[in-house]
Amino acid sequence: MNQKKTSYILHLADNSLILGQRNSEWCGHGPVLEQDIAITNITLDLVGQARSLYQYAASLLGEGTTEDSLAYLRTEREFLNCLLVEQPKADWAHTVLRQFFFSTYQYYLCQQLLSHPDAQLAAIAEKSLKEVRYHVRWSGEWVIRLGDGTTESKQRLQLALAALWPYTGELFMPAAYESGQGTDLSAIRPLWNEKVQAVLREATLDLPGETFMHSGGKTGVHTEHLGFILAEMQYMQRTYPGCEW
Amino acid sequence: MVMDPEMLFRDKIENEIKIEPKDWMPEAYRKTNIRQISQHAHSEIVGMLPEGNWITRAPSLKRKAILIAKVQDEGGHGLYLYSAAETLGMSREEMINDLHSGKAKYSSIFNYPTLTWADIGAIGWLVDGAAIMNQVMLTRTSYGPYARAMVRICKEESFHQRQGFEALLVLSRGTEAQKAMCQDAINRWWWPALMMFGPRDTESTNSDQSMKWKIKRKSNDELRQNFVDMIAEQIKTLGMTLPDPHLKWNEERKHYDFGEINWDEFWQVVKGNGPCNKQRLDARRKAWEEGEWVREAAEAYARKRVDKLKG
Repeated sequence: MNQKKTSYILHLADNSLILGQRNSEWCGHGPVLEQDIAITNITLDLVGQARSLYQYAASLLGEGTTEDSLAYLRTEREFLNCLLVEQPKADWAHTVLRQFFFSTYQYYLCQQLLSHPDAQLAAIAEKSLKEVRYHVRWSGEWVIRLGDGTTESKQRLQLALAALWPYTGELFMPAAYESGQGTDLSAIRPLWNEKVQAVLREATLDLPGETFMHSGGKTGVHTEHLGFILAEMQYMQRTYPGCEW
Repeated sequence: MVMDPEMLFRDKIENEIKIEPKDWMPEAYRKTNIRQISQHAHSEIVGMLPEGNWITRAPSLKRKAILIAKVQDEGGHGLYLYSAAETLGMSREEMINDLHSGKAKYSSIFNYPTLTWADIGAIGWLVDGAAIMNQVMLTRTSYGPYARAMVRICKEESFHQRQGFEALLVLSRGTEAQKAMCQDAINRWWWPALMMFGPRDTESTNSDQSMKWKIKRKSNDELRQNFVDMIAEQIKTLGMTLPDPHLKWNEERKHYDFGEINWDEFWQVVKGNGPCNKQRLDARRKAWEEGEWVREAAEAYARKRVDKLKG
């Protein structure tokens, strides 16, 4: 068993699951019905991606590992998602901006994974790419709408940008398990920058300058948020161990 | 010869021809449909809350995905129904304001709390099951847009009901704790589900006229009986019991007899004193108020786009 590879797959799966978990907090509470449905749809795509990846990782790990044991029975220090996805959903500006940052990253990453020598990973990337293309468009449109909307929406988006920008650097800092996986984060970075800058410009926002970037999530050193996310998400599996649901 | 519009309307009802948005219709028919369709739409939207309550805690990834998809479907149903009601001349915003002010009602069932995971299965099986009884009837309702919305909704709802039943079936075959959780949820949801059909026929104020206009095609008691007959059979597969000592097959009537609903509780919940009436409305109002700046931004941006296009 190639531990680096399974860590890599878990990292990808954790990103999707934790962001899905965060976005799902909007379900039934969105600003308008159409957008409640849209964010929930994105949530469903993310959970679906996570499931495909966990199922694949479970098949590599064997020994009774399942998608659920990976999602529900690992601890805070074992989750390998980047810090960006675990940040609170906060307001709509934070949610759509975070989605835009993440989906744009995921879009270029999936494109690289398309030609991954592992056919299973390539297939998951291909399926995800169709969804992610829509996520980028939807979230990008919202960023522009809020930035170029009212004074209040612009102000809120600017606050979201200040809060979230320091978590974008980690996306491009490779963890040890990311090397040799056939993806190249340094090649994604300029593409990501270009797309993000174009959208932020259209949103009439000031681009953040050089700033300190947080990291740690990819190696299991998280913000304090993750423990609460897991406490809630894993509650049933922890309370009733070994049950079928 | 020009036919009197009222006669034409009655003629259509008589001959099972759907009433369409531009057709002449009695004001009371319009009002009744707006009231009923918007109430139905509100029920879908408020109904997202008790189920949404378990999305972040769903016990497996499969269940999480199923639940998210289900709650999203409810949102979609709300959307078709608001659109159907809008064809009668009331805007969605007005309808939502009526919900928030308490003027418009929604199904009382959603004023009960979802306390355990099994409640999600029980809602799918019992609450969606009861709703389907009503909705299948409404696919034949006389107002065209409502009937057509119901056809789509029914397909999804019957899928939800099977999913709910299946979730309970897994619990019923699980550990002692799971079985107990399953039975407890059935005990708590059974009577409120029966209340979903509304007051007894003898007490129902809106029923007569609605039946004449073919908005409603079966009486509350008839639908309730059909539901009891269906569930009393299905529960055998679960190996659980319904919390009614009077439930018994009546060979003569070819129906199940069942006990008396607690009508005092029914009216208390209708009046706003259910366990979650306040929480549900507060949650809807909060989402709407907190979303105001988002809706304003979207409108402002759309206006700017139009201005730009005009040059």
